[in-house]
Amino acid sequence: MVTAVSFTLNGTAVAAVAEPAETLLSVLRHRLGDTSPKAGCLQGTCGACTVLLDGEPVLSCLLLADAAEGRRVETVRGLADGPTLHPLQEAFMDRFAAQCGFCTPGMIMAAKALLDRNPNPTREEVIEAISGNVCRCTGYLPIIEAILEAARRLAARR
Amino acid sequence: MRIRKELFADERDDDLAIVGKPVRRQDIEGHVTGRTTFFDDRLVPGLLHIRCVRSTHDHARIRAIDTREAERVPGVRRILRWADLPKKAHNILTIFNFGIDDEPALADGKVRYRGEPIVAIVAESLRAADEAVAKVRVDYDPLPAVFDVEEALKPDAPLVNEYIGRNWFRYWGDYDCQQIRFGDVEAAFRQADVIVEGRYQMSPIEHAPLETQGCIVVPGEDGRFTVYTCTQGLHFSLDNTAAQLRLDTNRLHFIGGTVGGGFGGKVDTVVEPLAVLAAMLTGRPVRYVFTRAEEMQVSSPRGAERVYITDGVTRDGRILARKIVHYHDAGAYSRLSTYGTIKSAAHHPGPYWIPNVWVDSFCVFTNRTPSSAMRGFGVTGGDFALESQMDAVARAIGMDPLELRIKNAYRDGDMKAHRKLTEGAALIECIQVAAELARWPLSEEARSASSRIGGGGDRGRVPPTPPARTRLSDRGEGERGRETSRIDAAERPSARATTPPPSWLRSEARAVEARAVEDGARRAAEGGEGRRREEQEPPEPPRPASGHGALRFSSVFGSRRR
Repeated sequence: MVTAVSFTLNGTAVAAVAEPAETLLSVLRHRLGDTSPKAGCLQGTCGACTVLLDGEPVLSCLLLADAAEGRRVETVRGLADGPTLHPLQEAFMDRFAAQCGFCTPGMIMAAKALLDRNPNPTREEVIEAISGNVCRCTGYLPIIEAILEAARRLAARR
Repeated sequence: MRIRKELFADERDDDLAIVGKPVRRQDIEGHVTGRTTFFDDRLVPGLLHIRCVRSTHDHARIRAIDTREAERVPGVRRILRWADLPKKAHNILTIFNFGIDDEPALADGKVRYRGEPIVAIVAESLRAADEAVAKVRVDYDPLPAVFDVEEALKPDAPLVNEYIGRNWFRYWGDYDCQQIRFGDVEAAFRQADVIVEGRYQMSPIEHAPLETQGCIVVPGEDGRFTVYTCTQGLHFSLDNTAAQLRLDTNRLHFIGGTVGGGFGGKVDTVVEPLAVLAAMLTGRPVRYVFTRAEEMQVSSPRGAERVYITDGVTRDGRILARKIVHYHDAGAYSRLSTYGTIKSAAHHPGPYWIPNVWVDSFCVFTNRTPSSAMRGFGVTGGDFALESQMDAVARAIGMDPLELRIKNAYRDGDMKAHRKLTEGAALIECIQVAAELARWPLSEEARSASSRIGGGGDRGRVPPTPPARTRLSDRGEGERGRETSRIDAAERPSARATTPPPSWLRSEARAVEARAVEDGARRAAEGGEGRRREEQEPPEPPRPASGHGALRFSSVFGSRRR
């Protein structure tokens, strides 16, 4: 028995079938082909599956797909404006804030949620915002620097 | 960042293109846009999924496996057992003609560590596979288990691995350990002012990559199998999968290159053989990915190591002799621990010129999770012990720890315990610069020391060396262990001919040269001064069994080539 679920994915209306108890992560990856959110632990501890639901960061590996019905879902795939990367993406590239890249999509989405509601965060607020996202390779310092750098670039743009 | 160009100025080429300049990773745009394709980002329709029934015991005989109920779970397509394996036991180094095939991909009637795979369920969904796993009944006959390397070497210890036949690995068909014999440590201990003993122990360490290991196998219409995998050694895993399944290598097409965190934990080629076998037997694409719990519990960690060091030191800070016994806990199977043990022996006695060195480095089997490669394995644990010991020596004689290191550091022209002359030494200069930056006061003598001055001469010769010591195997047939090799005074010449390590390993991994030990012994017996060994052109390396010429030990395991 499958059910239908529909929501907005990165600004586009989408619909998919989902099995009972299928997670949003599974629907995004396997039904809709957006593989940018990653399955790192499937138990809500690593943050690699982080996406935004109506602007709030959520763990898509724990969230049932039904919960997204009629709502707005954002992933890192939708962050760039055509060929123009988001300042967070640019800053992650400039600051060497990714090594293997597996945590990066979730990390950037957690950072975006922060900057959307707090455009001028302190270092402590950045650390708090990514405290649910595990990075095993680069260490957190370049990631924190990249998020602060992105905030500065966004401020300069305004 | 500042490059200290005044150091070794005449040797330098300071036209550096990369060092000291920020460089953007070539793959980073894919990472920040979410377009980097990891193996599990391949969307393949009609996938079957693998889950394994895993041992709940550390060591047990398996009396019976009842899969009847599991077979009736809807969606189960196949249950793989040991009997289905084309090759009944394997080790990933035997494709290089090294080691012993000692690990069955599925339990062979015995389990040797907790979490060992017993049968593999192949099902239409993970949910069906998990349900079937829960319905497999395994009847165990528990056996006594051993978890400590020194316990495992005792004569009454339970035998962990029957393929090996004893609880330690035997090198070059003869040596119970990797050995270094250089000078006469016992005589030097008698001349020392202070003896400093240390025991160092490190725990296993899990790599914990964000991406758990796995692969997706897709059967092609041409009889080939495409394998999307996160392996760190693409050719190495391809050859090992082919060897384990007794397939020609051209039946496999491995696609990888993007690893979601490896750190050495993704070279063991644990998932690919079972997934390809399942694809062969079902004709369907198959996905086998570790859960987070499997990644933490059963993927190889860095092994536990225990190191005993005894140093004979003069009051003014000269290390006259260093004796080391190094135990590597391989867990239940070799994997790459045999090689890690070689690396540890090649690394001792640290970056110091010590005129008398004695090392035994053992690869020991226990009922722990098999350990394997991780970031400098063999070297890292040894360094932890060696540098902790240097600090202990400094405390024991009341000397500054950096001064002690500078005083004993290798200098150009020094003979290493491995019969290689030191070239391009730079430890002294590194310490001097680090001390300066840390505002750590050094004496005038330490500040004026140089890697280029004071080495060579008498320090450049192989000292008279007593004959190689007794081997465990000389103690009588059928004896599987012994109390401890830590201090074993009963050294006597061995009648056995030594088997030198194969040349490919000697040149690539800088293994201990057993022959050189014998040379030193012979010179000592003749009463002559040791002399620098003539560098010999290494003979052609043997062809790997798989016929893949591109395979090189060092490129797989990250040891550096000059």
